[in-house]
Amino acid sequence: MNRKLYDKLIFDLSCPGRRGYDMPRRLYDDIELPDAVLRQQAPALPEVDEPTLVRHYTNQSTNNFGVDTGFYPLGSCTMKYNPKINESLGADPVIAALHPAQPASTVQGALKLYRMLENMLSEIGGMAEFTLNPFAGAHGELTGLMVIHAYHDSRGDSARTRVIVPDSAHGTNPASAMIAGYEVIEVKSLADGTVDVDDLRSKLDETVAAVMMTNPNTTGMFEKNIPAIADAVHAAGALLYYDGANLNPMLGVARPGDMGFDVMHINLHKTFSTPHGGGGPGAGPVGVRKGLEEFLPSPRIRRRGDGSLYVEQTSDTALGRVSSWFGNYTVFIKAFAYILAMGADGLAMAGKLATLNANYVMNALKDVYLLPVPGPCKHEFVFDGLADKSTGVTTLNVAKRLLDLGFHAPTIYFPLLFHESLMIEPTESESRETLDVFIAAMRQIAREAAETPDLVKSAPHDTPAVHPDDTEAALHPKVKFSDL
Amino acid sequence: MIYYLPTHEYARVEGNTAYIGISKYAAEQLGNVVYVDMPEMDDDVNAGEEFGAIESVKAASDLFSPVSGAVIEINEELIDNPRLINEDPETHWIIKVEMNNTAELEGLLTPEAYAQVCANEKH
Amino acid sequence: MSQHRYLPHTPAQIDEMLRACGASSLDDLYADVDPSLRLKGRYALPDALSEVEVRRGFDALNAQNTVLTCFAGCGAYDHYTPAAIQAVMQRSEYLTAYTPYQPEISQGTLQYIFEYQSMMCELTRMDVSNASMYDGATATAEAMLMAVNASRKKRRVLISATVDPKTAAVVNTYARYHRIAVEVIPARDGVTDRRELELMLGAGDVAGVIVATPNYRGILEDLSGWADLIHAAKALLIINSHALTLAWARPQGEWGADIAVGDAQSLGMPLNFGGPYLGYMCTTKALMRKMPGRIVGATTDALGQRTFVLTLQAREQHIRREKATSNICSNQGIMTLHAGAFMALYGAEGLRELNRLSANAAHFLARELEATGKMRLTYPDKPFINEFAMTMADGYTTGALLQALREQGILGGVAVDDTEIIIAVTEKRTPVEIDQYIQTVINL
Repeated sequence: MNRKLYDKLIFDLSCPGRRGYDMPRRLYDDIELPDAVLRQQAPALPEVDEPTLVRHYTNQSTNNFGVDTGFYPLGSCTMKYNPKINESLGADPVIAALHPAQPASTVQGALKLYRMLENMLSEIGGMAEFTLNPFAGAHGELTGLMVIHAYHDSRGDSARTRVIVPDSAHGTNPASAMIAGYEVIEVKSLADGTVDVDDLRSKLDETVAAVMMTNPNTTGMFEKNIPAIADAVHAAGALLYYDGANLNPMLGVARPGDMGFDVMHINLHKTFSTPHGGGGPGAGPVGVRKGLEEFLPSPRIRRRGDGSLYVEQTSDTALGRVSSWFGNYTVFIKAFAYILAMGADGLAMAGKLATLNANYVMNALKDVYLLPVPGPCKHEFVFDGLADKSTGVTTLNVAKRLLDLGFHAPTIYFPLLFHESLMIEPTESESRETLDVFIAAMRQIAREAAETPDLVKSAPHDTPAVHPDDTEAALHPKVKFSDL
Repeated sequence: MIYYLPTHEYARVEGNTAYIGISKYAAEQLGNVVYVDMPEMDDDVNAGEEFGAIESVKAASDLFSPVSGAVIEINEELIDNPRLINEDPETHWIIKVEMNNTAELEGLLTPEAYAQVCANEKH
Repeated sequence: MSQHRYLPHTPAQIDEMLRACGASSLDDLYADVDPSLRLKGRYALPDALSEVEVRRGFDALNAQNTVLTCFAGCGAYDHYTPAAIQAVMQRSEYLTAYTPYQPEISQGTLQYIFEYQSMMCELTRMDVSNASMYDGATATAEAMLMAVNASRKKRRVLISATVDPKTAAVVNTYARYHRIAVEVIPARDGVTDRRELELMLGAGDVAGVIVATPNYRGILEDLSGWADLIHAAKALLIINSHALTLAWARPQGEWGADIAVGDAQSLGMPLNFGGPYLGYMCTTKALMRKMPGRIVGATTDALGQRTFVLTLQAREQHIRREKATSNICSNQGIMTLHAGAFMALYGAEGLRELNRLSANAAHFLARELEATGKMRLTYPDKPFINEFAMTMADGYTTGALLQALREQGILGGVAVDDTEIIIAVTEKRTPVEIDQYIQTVINL
């Protein structure tokens, strides 16, 4: 990565009269629109030529860190390698030209890929059916909770107004529950990060619609009590929701459906290698156990007796529609290609190696960083900052110093269970050699914290941007070029 | 007289009027305040219920009203300069409320009781 | 299994690493997973394929897809994607980056989002844009939630009957579970009935009003005076528009809207069988802190450099949890790069010219189809750009029309029902293709 900031905006390169396009000639008569519906003032967009534009975005990209440039030990984000064949297939010109309203007979291939991926995810999740429509993990959570809502509604069970979420959960869990119309109650975690089953039992009653969990949880621990939890949840008439954010280490080992989960989502941009794209597009397919299929959102892809597929636009029992069309289709192509490339055994191996990598890093650092929940962990683990608390060096300092040393920061200050959470997820894509360099960097920072703490506290020193003033950004928001 | 809620709002009372803001302890915990979400003039507030929110760069807290009544003034200085709250939160109140039930004050914390709440939170 | 190309670990390294962890096998690391929970055997999935086999499998599927000459729209338009945009989109520094939580090493992503926000504000003439949403329909649903939250107490929202039914369906889904009452404002002559709206606003309990222009049938609605009417009822005006049309048609800001939403697919995003597209959302300064989604802001760093950061984060789920303005975590990421680069490459004039070329061809096609006597514009007096609805004459059905066109390799539009069809034309359609459409109708 570039160490120097390329600081131009495309607006800075604009010159009146320049243009970056050409177009077919006008062949038909000009039409006119009534003044009332015409734009009054032209937008002040940049005026640039093509080479200027390409060079701008290329230079700007050098300010960025990505999986292709280095190691992302970002807990709960599963920043694994994004295979190149996926991108090649995702950019296929035939797919690019398919309109989503085309007759099913002309898109049988596209529909088959959609169905095959649904079926593969059902097999991996231990679920009866999947929908690929939701656009992202958070959107999948929302959709899954709406499925649960639709299920309870179908039984006339309208007293269920609450969703239980562990206090270690990601912020999207409570936010999704709120958008789905539920009140959120928290269940406590024990010292080892797992759910306090007694506390959970005390909160389960006929007003609870669902319990949302991840397994392994956000401290990287497998929730051993999951069968007891599932029984208690089901006995109370509620459903158990699986947040698929942490599915990666369970590949080939245990399936959410077999653990007793009723509804789940999967982040294709985590476990199934599709790129994060700086925030999207992702995909958050939702799976359900037998008996809940009818509540999945429209549209659905269905099979006729002759084997051909068709699109069922709406169904009476479905929760409704959560997307205009079928979701982020090219993301499905990438996940499909990944599953084919890995195969059954490759996926199982990936999950186990992700766990091995996490344990390897954890063991190599636990003498200098505080490990509040002893291992073995699954795909990730949490340190509660440096072991030596006397230096005044915080988790934020450690994270920023890692940027100097060529690594992305781990996830910090999450989960909320510990004051100085530093959450590391290496993924199976990282070689032992990379992990060793990372371990050395983390140990160097621990040493620096003791010997030259100011060096760590004032980090980063060697990044394209250094200590941006985010108070100023929030106090006097400048959110567009004309605000500058 | 000044009264507090355990959620760190204060009500400084002069006759039937209450000046509502956040405590010094809360302002310190929050860090640099960047925005205060205030109700509008004439809005009703209810004791124990939300009337707005206060934001720093990386945190946000809802504001709860210690008393019930009508908002008769909002502190417009805070719109352009929310950091006044960090400078002196007990001078820079957020809203001024005409109380409709002064009996509610009896349920609030005295400065001494509130100091104890803060001391407990630190542990 | 044999060494996999995506996995760097050699068997010897695995053994060494296991030893370092005090484990004797990979399964040891899963000792806490009760055998009763374990997957019996392996997934019922195929064995690993080599790259050439993966490609072959995909090609075999893809052979069952047929590209048609596209005259369909309804939210997905066949505009051209310049090669320069595809090229910059493939920069893996952008593509393989996470959400820009570490601004020091994410200025690339933050800069292009800031540029996108700037251009989107220009296009809509609104004060502030977020970093994008999933698609136009979910952006509209989020706008509804935002209006309800901004009103604090009101839970009634009005939506015009002329809004795309897919968008309305998503709005209804979000509303149903969030206990918001959504009511439909009837249409008259193909546009939202203003008199009905006035009546519905009368009760004073409406939080927001959702209209679309161009609407589902491509008609540009005249919303003059609407903002005043709606603001007088203390409600918010939400206008949904396809992004490209805003370069020529009156944008949300000029109508006095409070929230501007829509899909930006029309900015040259490939059809891709429905996605990824991009939902945009812009609003006024007054409502900025009620807006869902990421927002990038400018500041300076310790070296005095102009730097960009995620800002106003206190609205968001990772801080506010169940009190957040939305559950949305990310955005459509790299699609904002597409939208920004597309707007920059074409500029204001180019975007208007794309509208003109599409409109001229669309109006020509509409006139010629009317001349066949077999179909007529459903609303002949209403203005449109590149999309219009036609009703079949007696004895003709949309099914037969679409079938005849399909035999010519043409996707003739989207049927509303047996008698009405919505047709869209873009700058990509050639005179030969347009004539072929007309000829097919003549031959019906």
